Amino acid sequence: MPEIVFVLALPVLGAALLALVGHRSFAPSVNVAVSTGTFVAAAALTARVIEDGPLLVLGRQFLLDPFNVFLVALTAFVGMTTSLFSRPYMRIEEEHGRLTPGRLRLYHSMFQLFMFTMLLALTTNNVGILWVAMEAATLATVLLVSLYRTPASLEAAWKYFILCGVGIAQALFGTILLYFAAEKLLGAGGGALLWTELNAVRENLEPTVVSLAFVFLLVGYGTKVGLVPLHNWLPDAHAEGPTPVSAVLSGLLLNVALYAVVRCKVLVDGALPDAFAKDLMIGFGLLSVVVAALLLSRQKDIKRLFAYSSIEHMGIITFAFGIGGPIANFAGLLHMTVHSLTKSAIFFAVGHAVQKTGTQVMDDIRGLVTISPMVGWGLALGALAILGMPPFGVFASEFLILTTAMREQPWATPFLLAALGVAFAAVFSKVQPMVFGETTAMRLPVRPAMIPVFTHLSLVLMLGLWIPPFLADWYRNAAKLIG
Amino acid sequence: MTALPIGQQLINLFAAILLLLAFAMLAQRRIVSLIDLFAAQGLVLALSTAVVAYSTRQPHLYESAALTLALKVFVLPWLLYRLVRKLDVRWEFEGLINIPTTMLIGIVLVVLSFNLALPISELASTVTRSTLGIAMASVMLAFLMMITRRKAIPQVIGFLAMENGLLFAATSATYGMPMVVELGIALDVLVGMLILGVFFFQIREQFDSLDLRHLENLKEEE
Repeated sequence: MPEIVFVLALPVLGAALLALVGHRSFAPSVNVAVSTGTFVAAAALTARVIEDGPLLVLGRQFLLDPFNVFLVALTAFVGMTTSLFSRPYMRIEEEHGRLTPGRLRLYHSMFQLFMFTMLLALTTNNVGILWVAMEAATLATVLLVSLYRTPASLEAAWKYFILCGVGIAQALFGTILLYFAAEKLLGAGGGALLWTELNAVRENLEPTVVSLAFVFLLVGYGTKVGLVPLHNWLPDAHAEGPTPVSAVLSGLLLNVALYAVVRCKVLVDGALPDAFAKDLMIGFGLLSVVVAALLLSRQKDIKRLFAYSSIEHMGIITFAFGIGGPIANFAGLLHMTVHSLTKSAIFFAVGHAVQKTGTQVMDDIRGLVTISPMVGWGLALGALAILGMPPFGVFASEFLILTTAMREQPWATPFLLAALGVAFAAVFSKVQPMVFGETTAMRLPVRPAMIPVFTHLSLVLMLGLWIPPFLADWYRNAAKLIG
Repeated sequence: MTALPIGQQLINLFAAILLLLAFAMLAQRRIVSLIDLFAAQGLVLALSTAVVAYSTRQPHLYESAALTLALKVFVLPWLLYRLVRKLDVRWEFEGLINIPTTMLIGIVLVVLSFNLALPISELASTVTRSTLGIAMASVMLAFLMMITRRKAIPQVIGFLAMENGLLFAATSATYGMPMVVELGIALDVLVGMLILGVFFFQIREQFDSLDLRHLENLKEEE
């Protein structure tokens, strides 16, 4: 009970505090301290849930079950490492004159608000509040994407706002329809939007309304997940925003949006006799994987490249949850974890590579290993991990997803395999010269913050070799819950 | 059904006005008039919510109506007026498609939404169920307006009008969402508007105009 209060209150207080602190030199440290505090609270909360089982607290408004508590811990962890990374990174950006102190204050404050909306979306038991938090997450990040105020970043932020705003409006309609279906069974008032209540009566929800609601919810939240063909905002927002923002967008926002979809899917699966929700998710997931893989080779900007890779991986996870069942769900959850860790690590490395070479154009980034061995190896290992090379964790989850797909949806396997192959060829052929090629770029004296990168990568490596028993149990329970 | 027939008639009337206003917005080129129309839409929405509240004796709907009145009729239009004055953009010169064509597409959309709403309104037990089709149609028309406009402010008004349509859908299908959710939605809309205000100034500073054609450079292969 007190842990959840800390998890939610710390980021809010932090945002207010950072707005007051302004651009004093210790602001980044305050940011790190608040994020670390949030992570400690989240870890305590997780320990509590592992020990006592699911929690339903504060007048049933907050729910913590195996499915969301692991995402809470992951979100708080990536938030903490991102704040560690952004401390030196943003200082260098300021020295390069890309940022003014005022904007740095905005960045710190909005970063904490964004963390709050993510954690609220994850912990709330109210499907309506889930929507409110997702919309608030868009609002918190719009100004972060346009932080540099360049024409391209303004365009990216506008696109992000309009596309995600319209998308999330569809999700609101879906939520209204869900409430409409539930209200008949649960009566009007607050109870009919509580997920636990809905889950208890899910077999009796009106199928026509629920299927229509799910279409709207999937399209709405799917826009934020970056599912093709609703993905247009994603590469722009990732490429034009500051790197820590790209890292949290890819590592956290996409996960949380997918979490919202899966929560709704659980309800719909109960209400419908057929596999309507599953088929939709398999279709959207597979399309995202294939289209993103094909677009990877056409990218010239390093951040866009990895943004498309995020679309591809979100597609894989959506596909896995679409198949459903204990193994595919387990793999989906594992993939969510390792993708989030790996992709944010890659963005950290990319951020430093861009600072060292002064460009995001991949053709101009060469020989990172000679410029800075740490950044070069970080990027190389991160790219190998995200491409699913053993022994990294991504290999384990992709292997599980592929083998389940062969059994459950054999027709989809060739598409998946081909897409993974194409993605491998595209990303590897671009990363290899960037890391090992002959360098012509000028050197900039920058000391990288590589601890977060290697922490993330070693966690991913560990998850590929050995999943701690408590974590495995936890995934299994969550997988059972998702069904 | 405890509804008064007069209440029912009033609600149908408001729904019809809402649809008319949605079409009027689609046809309006002047930004200031567009804001007036948006405020009028908010007023109709608030009135119809109040009538639903009265005729079905749902006290929480009065709060919802008051919230709509404050936000949609006073705060948001005032913010929009201020923005228009400060940015000095009064006219919108062209849309992507000419207005008669837009109206025709709009009519097709209305027919579509009535079809889509039919199975749901049959299930609804509320007095207002017949208006669900109209709610969906106003969402679709607002969507169309967002697609066809080139300038930033009309697009945002389209976005807000879409939210109006969604709220109307919520009232007509379910007697409104729980209060905590409505408050959250209102907060999001308000904060969104404030952030956009800041954002407009950024766009303006960078491009000297709010024409979205300046914002069409990010493409797949640059």
